[in-house]
Amino acid sequence: MLYIKCPHCGLRSQNEFAYGGDASVKRPELNKEISDQEWDEFVYLRKSPRGKHLELWHHVSGCRQWIKVLRDTSTHEIFNTYKSEEKVG
Amino acid sequence: MVQNYRLDKIGLVNREKKLSFKFNGKKYFGYEGDTLASALIANGVHLVGRSFKYHRPRGFFGAGVDEPYAIVQLYRNGETEPNVRATEQELFEGLEAKSVNCWPSVNFDIGAINNFLNIFLPAGFYYKTFMWPRSFWYRIYEPFIRKAAGFGVASKEHDKERYEHKYEYCDLLIAGSGPSGLASAYAAAKNGARVILAEDKPRFGGSLLTSDVSINNQSGKEWADNIITELKGMTNVTVKNRAQIFGYYDHNMLVMSERVTDHLPKSDEFTPKQRLWYIRAKQVVISSGSIERPIVFGNNDTPGVVLASAAKEYMKVYGVLVGKKPIVFTNNDSAYETAIEFKKNNINPIVLDSRQDSNSEIVKEAKSLGIDIKFSHVVVAAKGYKKVKSCDIAEISEDKQNLNQIKNIECDCICVSGFWTPTIHLASQSGGKTKFKEEIDAFVPDKSKQKEVTLGSANGVFTLEETLKTSFEKGFELSKEITNNNNSQQIPKVSEKKHSKHDKFWCVPLPKGKKYKRFLDFQNDVAVSDIELAIREGYRSIEHVKRYTTLGMATDQGKTSNLNGLQLVSNIENKVVPAVGHTTFRPPYTPISIGAIVGREIGKHSKPTRKSPMHNWHEKNNAVFVDAGVWLRPRYYKRGNEGLFEASKREAENVRKNVGVCDVTTLGKIDVKGPDAAEFLNRVYTNAWLKLPVGKARYGVMLREDGIVMDDGTTTRISENHYHMTTTTAQAANVLSHLEYYLQLVWPELDVNVVSTTEQWAGAAIAGPKSRDLLQKLFPDTDVSNEGLPFMGFVEANLFGVNARIFRISFSGELAYEVNVESDNGNFMWEKIIEIGKDFDLQPYGTEALSTLRIEMGHVAGSELDGRTIPYDTGLDGLVSKKKDFIGKRSLLKKAYNEKDRQRLVGVVPLDKKTSIPEGSHLVKDPKGKLPNPKLGHISASCWSVEHNNPFSLAILKDGKNMIGSKLYAMSPLKNKTIAVEIVSSHYVDPKGERVRS
Repeated sequence: MLYIKCPHCGLRSQNEFAYGGDASVKRPELNKEISDQEWDEFVYLRKSPRGKHLELWHHVSGCRQWIKVLRDTSTHEIFNTYKSEEKVG
Repeated sequence: MVQNYRLDKIGLVNREKKLSFKFNGKKYFGYEGDTLASALIANGVHLVGRSFKYHRPRGFFGAGVDEPYAIVQLYRNGETEPNVRATEQELFEGLEAKSVNCWPSVNFDIGAINNFLNIFLPAGFYYKTFMWPRSFWYRIYEPFIRKAAGFGVASKEHDKERYEHKYEYCDLLIAGSGPSGLASAYAAAKNGARVILAEDKPRFGGSLLTSDVSINNQSGKEWADNIITELKGMTNVTVKNRAQIFGYYDHNMLVMSERVTDHLPKSDEFTPKQRLWYIRAKQVVISSGSIERPIVFGNNDTPGVVLASAAKEYMKVYGVLVGKKPIVFTNNDSAYETAIEFKKNNINPIVLDSRQDSNSEIVKEAKSLGIDIKFSHVVVAAKGYKKVKSCDIAEISEDKQNLNQIKNIECDCICVSGFWTPTIHLASQSGGKTKFKEEIDAFVPDKSKQKEVTLGSANGVFTLEETLKTSFEKGFELSKEITNNNNSQQIPKVSEKKHSKHDKFWCVPLPKGKKYKRFLDFQNDVAVSDIELAIREGYRSIEHVKRYTTLGMATDQGKTSNLNGLQLVSNIENKVVPAVGHTTFRPPYTPISIGAIVGREIGKHSKPTRKSPMHNWHEKNNAVFVDAGVWLRPRYYKRGNEGLFEASKREAENVRKNVGVCDVTTLGKIDVKGPDAAEFLNRVYTNAWLKLPVGKARYGVMLREDGIVMDDGTTTRISENHYHMTTTTAQAANVLSHLEYYLQLVWPELDVNVVSTTEQWAGAAIAGPKSRDLLQKLFPDTDVSNEGLPFMGFVEANLFGVNARIFRISFSGELAYEVNVESDNGNFMWEKIIEIGKDFDLQPYGTEALSTLRIEMGHVAGSELDGRTIPYDTGLDGLVSKKKDFIGKRSLLKKAYNEKDRQRLVGVVPLDKKTSIPEGSHLVKDPKGKLPNPKLGHISASCWSVEHNNPFSLAILKDGKNMIGSKLYAMSPLKNKTIAVEIVSSHYVDPKGERVRS
């Protein structure tokens, strides 16, 4: 079980969190004309990298904040965690 | 009965306490402190089971977790447990055990015919033989194999024992209480670290219990006892015996199973049988020791062939002799300790040493004691079927390829030692690499991945002096990093006998013309010939060889067999062992019970049960409850002999005719607050929200980004910047996470806060033509007329001194209101409604009547909003704004979502107006059509329409919009029903919606 440092609460076990997928996905702006392809990429297409991955976790059974976690998908090493509004990289 | 193999003056068992037990129905005696294995051996019983494939007689091979085959079925306190190692199970008064994998008995086993048919049972036998004909697999092969395979039977009874889970945190977790474990624990604990020391066995000390050493002028056992006593007295230390760390997981989380009362006749009321510990440790010390590995020779599975270390442990710990005419067969010095121990107990062993000579201290001692030592000699094969009676021995050439003349000598046990294999399971599970250490012919941990270190013989260090030195240093160093303290301990003085080199010899060649089975893996009956065959057939990767032959599989996980298997593969392939590599070590190290994994989360405890504040009233008034997610909701209120159908029909009819009240507390409720709340709702819902006035509610639908309907519900503007959102019971948690996602990550600029208020409010839906009259009596000071409180209106009111919210919303399609009060007042509200409702023929109604009412009205719910439907499909397209953007809108442009014959919600009535249509039935044109019969749609919900007094269903049907009036068939192969139906409008009652506005 992963040990995730919530930037608001400190180190907590994985079972307090829900996984939220790729954190680099950006929702297209409202009312913007976009192509089908652009929309489909936003809704469906995700990379599945081996290695470093910036991802979202929701501290559901804690402070209920969405946080960003930089994790290695093959070793599970967590390099750093960030508040939702923090810019990463 | 006399224990013929019990020694008088040696061992740690309590001779004051005699225990009786039964094995295969026969009564025996042992002592407190025995294992089932030691007690059986004391009574001269060596035949415990039959082997997995060939049903060969099997006895004891090890004295602990190393045991591959002494596995029994255990009976304790009215329950039974399979897969128990006799060498680990402690004896208790009244213990009963039986042999497994034999029929009709262990002495006469019909399956043993496999032993003589073994030419037909080579590696991969199942794969080769049972492939054809295919149809035979389920009917003939599979049931046969099921019966033939396995070590015991699982109980079909409910397990009455209690199991617990525990979460723990520590600075240093130490797995194993041998010399390295004790030393590192002591050094770390004395330096202020929080330490957990776990020992798998009942007794602490590991090899110190049996080795002939002295530490600070004490025996190994005395030193270990003193350290343990001191550690137990320290508040920063937890010491656990009978506790095995069996798995090493991510981020230094380790799991330990503690067998709390398995060694007792039964558990007392307040003690669990087993406890599973989830331990998060800052540092881990793996001091798991090493396991002696055998030398492979002919018939090496015969009962009476044991590991030399096990023979020593049986003498020194249990005071038991594995035999009285022992052969000690070794390639190294450590087995001499066993020989010397025999000699000290007046038994004359013969030592066969594959080495040409050795002049180490211990060999000299053995010589001086007059022990018969034959160098350059090996055991060729054991003789005897159910017990070793003699063995063939021979001198072996220097290159170990040729055997000289074979001689037979009498013996009753063969104690074998092929040197030591470090137990690296935990280190390997932690993700760390392993490396092959040439000097010991075995793998040891290499670079760590997580925060762990392996010490002592688990790390390939076999001298006590070095082990204690590094362990004291490591314990101090690791604790210093955590506590910043600087209290180091003096490393004790050690005296031990120096050992000379072992012989790199692991398998005795077959003499010419002999075809003895030479087993590598005793648990899975894998012999040298099986591996040779697998390689001849082209298997190269060690992982493939493992799966094809089953080498190193099952509960044993190759503890005694892995390295010999690797030696064999590398010999045949002309490679070195490290080039072959080893298979993956998987948790658990030994089997753990399902009960321990599940813990207390069984039956109703597997999830929380949520009850509304009115639950007690429902219970008292004969409610029959249904699980709605984690909530318990009244399904119907039983009167007399009513069943579900009659009761729900009566309740629904009463709503249509008079008035009913339903507990709707379970609905999800979310407070949405802030200056941008309206803008936020406008983006979340498909319809427009900017112009909703204060004091009004609106029905809304929200989508996922892919255009699928996520949830629906009403949201009410309580005040300027305060909205009260409701969600369906099932989606409440998901909707809150969804809203938080958009507020925190997508539109952080919106000044809005959301919080769940589901538990804060108790809700009662009052529905039916008389509901307004009832409401007026409940709230005499409030104007609840159609003008004062119109449809979708909201007002705050006073319910006999209690603050209440009244929403004029309807789920049933009738004139209806929902009254909310703070949860603590829920029961008060409910009882008031019931009391005053008497004048209006009010009846409470449950979820079944609620469903009936919504279905015949054509209101969609979870069964239509099933994660596969878009607004159009469920007839909600009128609520989709064309003007503004919202979550998921762009997806609605998808081609598939705009096909002309897109599926759509319809009503379905059976032509005979009698037969209820099973939910999930498929709608087809031709009931006798060729398979696969094209499915046009499915029945999503069914009820008995109380308005029309006939069955009515909702369905999602292809081109549903144009299908009204057509005749189709509803088919349910599950219920074996085919029903002719007519497609009608989904609004079966009050299609214009006049009642809710009346």
